[in-house]
Amino acid sequence: MIWNDKFETLPREAIESLQLKRLRQTLVRVYATVPFYRRQFDHAGVKPEKIKTLADLQRLPFTLKQDMRDNYPYGLFAKPLDQIVRIHASSGTTGKPTVVGYTRRDIDNWTELMARSFTAAGAHRGDVIHNAYGYGLFTGGLGAHYGAEKVGASVIPMSGGNTKRQIMIMQDFGSTILTCTPSYSLYLAEAAAEEGIDIRTLKLRVGILGAEPWTEKMREEIEAKVGIKAIDIYGLSEILGPGVGIECIEAQAGLHIWEDHFIPEIINPITCELVPDGEQGELVITTITKEGIPMIRYRTRDITRIIEEPCICGRTHRRLARMCGRSDDMLIIRGVNVFPSQIESVLMDIEGVEPHYLLIVDREGTLDTLEVQVEVNEQTFSDEIKVLQGLSRRIEKEIKDLLGINCRIRLVEPKTITRSEGKAQRVIDKRPK
Amino acid sequence: MKVEQISIFIENKSGRLAEVARVLGEKGVNIRALSLADTSDFGILRLIVDNTDLAKETLKAGGFTVSKTEVVAIEVPDQPGGLSSILQVLDDSKINVEYMYAFVERNADNAVIIFRFDDTDGAISTLQKKGVNILPGERIYGL
Repeated sequence: MIWNDKFETLPREAIESLQLKRLRQTLVRVYATVPFYRRQFDHAGVKPEKIKTLADLQRLPFTLKQDMRDNYPYGLFAKPLDQIVRIHASSGTTGKPTVVGYTRRDIDNWTELMARSFTAAGAHRGDVIHNAYGYGLFTGGLGAHYGAEKVGASVIPMSGGNTKRQIMIMQDFGSTILTCTPSYSLYLAEAAAEEGIDIRTLKLRVGILGAEPWTEKMREEIEAKVGIKAIDIYGLSEILGPGVGIECIEAQAGLHIWEDHFIPEIINPITCELVPDGEQGELVITTITKEGIPMIRYRTRDITRIIEEPCICGRTHRRLARMCGRSDDMLIIRGVNVFPSQIESVLMDIEGVEPHYLLIVDREGTLDTLEVQVEVNEQTFSDEIKVLQGLSRRIEKEIKDLLGINCRIRLVEPKTITRSEGKAQRVIDKRPK
Repeated sequence: MKVEQISIFIENKSGRLAEVARVLGEKGVNIRALSLADTSDFGILRLIVDNTDLAKETLKAGGFTVSKTEVVAIEVPDQPGGLSSILQVLDDSKINVEYMYAFVERNADNAVIIFRFDDTDGAISTLQKKGVNILPGERIYGL
């Protein structure tokens, strides 16, 4: 099912001409109304009128998260507050939060894109959508909520936390669609099992999972343990919130990015040059319909690649490969670039090993050390030490084979690695900065 | 002729062993024999108790990783050469030992050696043919 047949299946040329038209309107508007962009464009020596093709976009400078902090709270807004109907902010783990504002039309567009996303994931009128994304300053809860109402589903505004109650409501209200982080979906399955409930026997059919990086292996695990089709959704508050891109249930292979509202580019995070088509790099997004806080070449820090091949679902919007880490989550260990998701994929490949892990990076003398904590469970536990040590050695070897670095596996007791009800904390970097 | 033993994964951090003992004690589980194998990161505590199933359920509920394994209890005279004689039999019969531990019986002149073999059934039949005194599980649980 496609929510908006006209726009979701536009021919490629029509998408690109629409993008160019909307891009140019956006550039004229931000140049006139946002002092930051005027300075940026002037500094680069590019007036908005000089942008005549989509390729010309490369002539414009990037916008960084730091630029949002420097212009805290409203400095990047392109509309006065009397036209802003909603304000969200990202968690300010390192200082001030980043603040975004939405006009009435922005909210309508967001709702439309979330309705497209829900439909692509197989949701429809009659579904009971159990929305466990946090409601509040975080965009996840309300973003999903509006889209779910738009498609005509019944939304349960659960928000995060209070896991026992989530399970009771899921069971009693007959939830059919779960929206939450991928790690929380597994946590719900575990917690349900502790209550003597097999979550797979409930009515849940689809999980729309996002807000943290995950892997294909984790998808298999979630589909097996939660008994749902697990659909990846992508978004970030700086650009919109959830609903920037979504996997279709037909292919479950890459996230369609709504190209009538966003222009994606992939750059090398070190050189900042565009990478050749199809290569992996950092995703940069320009918004071309946002009014409240348009973003020009925003560096998302998410690592992905663009899939050019047409999709079997019929949507013509290109796909982004599953995000495989963040350029700023990237750990440099003994000179090697390491994404936590790579370690996760090794663990998930070993039968019985839990997807919960913690990386501890430290330094002994001048040498970086990596410890990977892995939980022992009933499947991997053996009463013989040599078997457990064999498991550790096998994980160490597979990590070495993949990344070329030595690490030390520490087997820990079950459920001792903190389960996050929001984004999972996977790395503790103890190295002196 | 097998004895049920439970094995528990224990991280090397303070209080874990005490926690095992505490939860078992609270449920009235009596420990008959134990051994602790340790590495730099973790240990495996092996217990023979009077109520294996209750102990396993209790520990699982307490968040521990627990498994049940089958071991063989052999009785030897509690005197010099007692252990040596049984090890000689094992060696002659080419029976592989994964691990073992021993204790002395309270009201008898015997010692009990707990063995984990890689082939438990094969080991039992070989040892029985050699006239080795294998104790049934009930004897150990009820000690």
